[in-house]
Amino acid sequence: MQFPWLLLTLSGGAALAALAPLLTSRLKRGALLLALLPLAVFGQLCALLPKVAAGAVEQVNLAWVPQAGLALSFRLDGLGLVMSLLISGIGALVILYGDAYLHHHPARGRFHSLILLFMTAMLGVVLSGNALLLFVFWELTSITSFLLIGFEHERANARAAAWQALLVTGSGGLAMMAGFVLMAQISGSFEIGEWIAAAGTITAHPLAPAAFVLILVGAATKSAQFPFHFWLPNAMEAPTPVSAYLHSATMVKAGVYLLARLFPVLGGLALWPVLLTALGLLTLLGGSLLALAQTDLKRLLAYTTVSALGMLTFLLGIGSPLAVKTAMVFLVTHALYKGALFLTAGSVDHGAGTRELPLLGAAGRAMPFTAAAGGLAALSMAGLPPLIGFIAKELVYETTLAAPLPLLLTGLTFIANAATVTVAVWVGWRPFWGRPDAGELHPHESPPGLWIPPLLLAALGLGLGLGPGAAGSFLVAPAAQAVLQETLKVKLSLWHGLTPMLGLSVLTLLLGVGLAGLRRRLQPAWSHLWQALGKAGPAAMYPRSLHALLSFASWQTQVLQSGYLRIYVLAIVLTTVGLAGLTVGLRAGLPDFSNAWNAPRFYDLVLIGIILTATLLVTRARSRLATIALLGSIGFSIAVLFLLYSAPDLAMVQFAVETLSVILFVLVLYRLPKFSQLSGRATRLMDLVIALSGGLLMTLMMLMVSSHSEGSRLAAYFAENSLPLAKGRNIVNVILVDFRGFDTLGEITVLTLAAIGVFSLVRLAVKRKRRPFAEGGKAE
Amino acid sequence: MKRSLLLATAARYLMPLMLLFSIFLLLRGHNEIGGGFVGGLVAASALMLYGIAVSPSALRTLLPVEPRLLAGIGLLLALLAGSLPLFSGQPFMTGLWLTAEVPVLGKVGTPTLFDTGVYFVVIGVVLWILLSLAEE
Repeated sequence: MQFPWLLLTLSGGAALAALAPLLTSRLKRGALLLALLPLAVFGQLCALLPKVAAGAVEQVNLAWVPQAGLALSFRLDGLGLVMSLLISGIGALVILYGDAYLHHHPARGRFHSLILLFMTAMLGVVLSGNALLLFVFWELTSITSFLLIGFEHERANARAAAWQALLVTGSGGLAMMAGFVLMAQISGSFEIGEWIAAAGTITAHPLAPAAFVLILVGAATKSAQFPFHFWLPNAMEAPTPVSAYLHSATMVKAGVYLLARLFPVLGGLALWPVLLTALGLLTLLGGSLLALAQTDLKRLLAYTTVSALGMLTFLLGIGSPLAVKTAMVFLVTHALYKGALFLTAGSVDHGAGTRELPLLGAAGRAMPFTAAAGGLAALSMAGLPPLIGFIAKELVYETTLAAPLPLLLTGLTFIANAATVTVAVWVGWRPFWGRPDAGELHPHESPPGLWIPPLLLAALGLGLGLGPGAAGSFLVAPAAQAVLQETLKVKLSLWHGLTPMLGLSVLTLLLGVGLAGLRRRLQPAWSHLWQALGKAGPAAMYPRSLHALLSFASWQTQVLQSGYLRIYVLAIVLTTVGLAGLTVGLRAGLPDFSNAWNAPRFYDLVLIGIILTATLLVTRARSRLATIALLGSIGFSIAVLFLLYSAPDLAMVQFAVETLSVILFVLVLYRLPKFSQLSGRATRLMDLVIALSGGLLMTLMMLMVSSHSEGSRLAAYFAENSLPLAKGRNIVNVILVDFRGFDTLGEITVLTLAAIGVFSLVRLAVKRKRRPFAEGGKAE
Repeated sequence: MKRSLLLATAARYLMPLMLLFSIFLLLRGHNEIGGGFVGGLVAASALMLYGIAVSPSALRTLLPVEPRLLAGIGLLLALLAGSLPLFSGQPFMTGLWLTAEVPVLGKVGTPTLFDTGVYFVVIGVVLWILLSLAEE
């Protein structure tokens, strides 16, 4: 019963999000109350820990839209548990931190509301057992991320960054959705559990690689893989707690999580190792090299986050049991130290007044607690014993040495790791114990709310490093088992003896620290180099492609929505003639018209004569009044024809419409410009051809309908069933309000919409102090 | 604009008659020639005749509700008629009928309500468009 309770607590998150603004504005320490929810989730997860570690998978299934294969199916296995622990645990800390960080911010309530919403959505992502459900939560995290990046929406930069993140992750999400649909086509289900069970048949399917690539695009955009990495550093416009929570510890790991989740399904594809290792390595290297060019603390951290995400993808790409185990250790390690470092950066910003690396230094004495948190986290990032980061790094080297192409992979990883060490020194040591390049700071310690959360996270990294056995068997082993779908013993330890990995670790540290010392000399040149390269990079492609998309949109709007009635009519007639004519020509052929023909009576001939004459005259008319009169006579003649062919309902409607049209014309007549003929001879000839083709098609279709030898079956059906089924004798009206009532409902809705359109156009014209039709041209 | 006295006087008497006729069309529509759509058109022409012959503002003061409100009410009535069967577990737009006949109206059911909705929408929309053009 524990898991359903957990879900129930979770759904409370959405409710609490609605209450958050009220709570934080009414109660001085309302955020403490809000943090109880993630804490409760965290506690329940801890209670489930032994059970899941023993290999149990908790499940809850509720039907939602069974027709579409959408079910509220939730699963909790080792992988989901590790992610959920991170999300809820860091979530609680971030809520507390956010309360202190935004203490005087007027929109504090909105922040807490969004953070809670995000947390609920993110937990939904990692607990979903149904791909469609996962997609729903996935998109919710994108939307909350958008709102949180744009939290300070008065700033244009924040808005642009939010927009960019949403566009990139949103379009990736669409690709992922397409991938899911393909997977469902292949396997017949949206349940991930069933995909895993049918993994063999899925990978053998010819469409599986396409599904994989589409899902990979979704994962790569969300997890900021090359070439989509650029949104993540820009997302640093968000308040720091948001960066710590969404953009380093949890949300950006959603893509990696999805890849790990689908590893048992798609890991067998030949494309999997090739694409993922290449993508991962590129991101790993690119992220860490770009990081060295940054001077802002948050951007530094953001680029190393990109590099860490690349590392995770890379490890999943290698896909050996060792690599998966390493990935799980690294996932936890990174969330702990990166979350802590981001929170520290916020505290430094608060206490020292800047986040610029060259300006920072010597703040350690004044900010001892922040310095302790930052230092501890940086030690884990740099991979020093006895922190968990050390174990992670040893494992990474062990994996690359055992993988195919060990020299190349180890070499590239070595470079990236050394850069990570450099960044760790810059963010964890320099602001506190280094010397500022220029000027002097007057730092002061931040309130406890700003240093307790990062200190806790950093201490946890130390705790896990000191107790690697428990971390291995309770966190890493169940998670790796869920990914590999096989039982696995994980023994983590700090000391492996004198191994090549240890040697590499020492070398990494030496190179990293050495590079860190050369900052003042090397960094400016390095930044210039990357700025020059950046002009051709994907970050520059983004505005260009966005611009291209927008200009295409406005171009096609101008073509399709010209504003000229004659173009619209032309388009409608030509499309109908083209498509319907094609169908008639290809499918039906010309029927036998002998049945369709009744000898006309003499009064039919009279009416048809009137209609034809009026039609001819209308095209030659030289005044509007004449045109209206002639059109009216056509309409009324048709109404009389309806009467003669015993369709009194149609005739009545036709009469009424004709009458109202006359009234309408009277109202607008004196506002219209003077009648004139604008089109030349060639245009008029062209119009004649088009009009005749439209008329010809309609005639042909009428003949085809009436030549149907049996007559329509519909007519007989309606005649028979009108009274018994719909209790009415007037078939026309029964069709309108009963048999095809849904159509009528749509039509009257459209009618109302049209009225709204006319009304607003007229109002607009009045507002512009201009007679609506005076300018001609546009309103022909 | 100069107004014709004859037309204005005639319109005063014609309009109520035409409105009555439109209601007659609406009510008998299910069995005989007529219906909400054509009834609405006739009613709208009746009112508009008055609006043109006397004045648009006179018509406005005569109307108990704004035309756009009328269109909205009609749309809601039609939607309500469609949704009523949902409460008895039947599909949207199923026709439900009272078992007993109502005097004058005859058989009454959700299609009658739906047709009334159409009637109001048509009057509302036509008057809305024409009045905004006439008053501008």
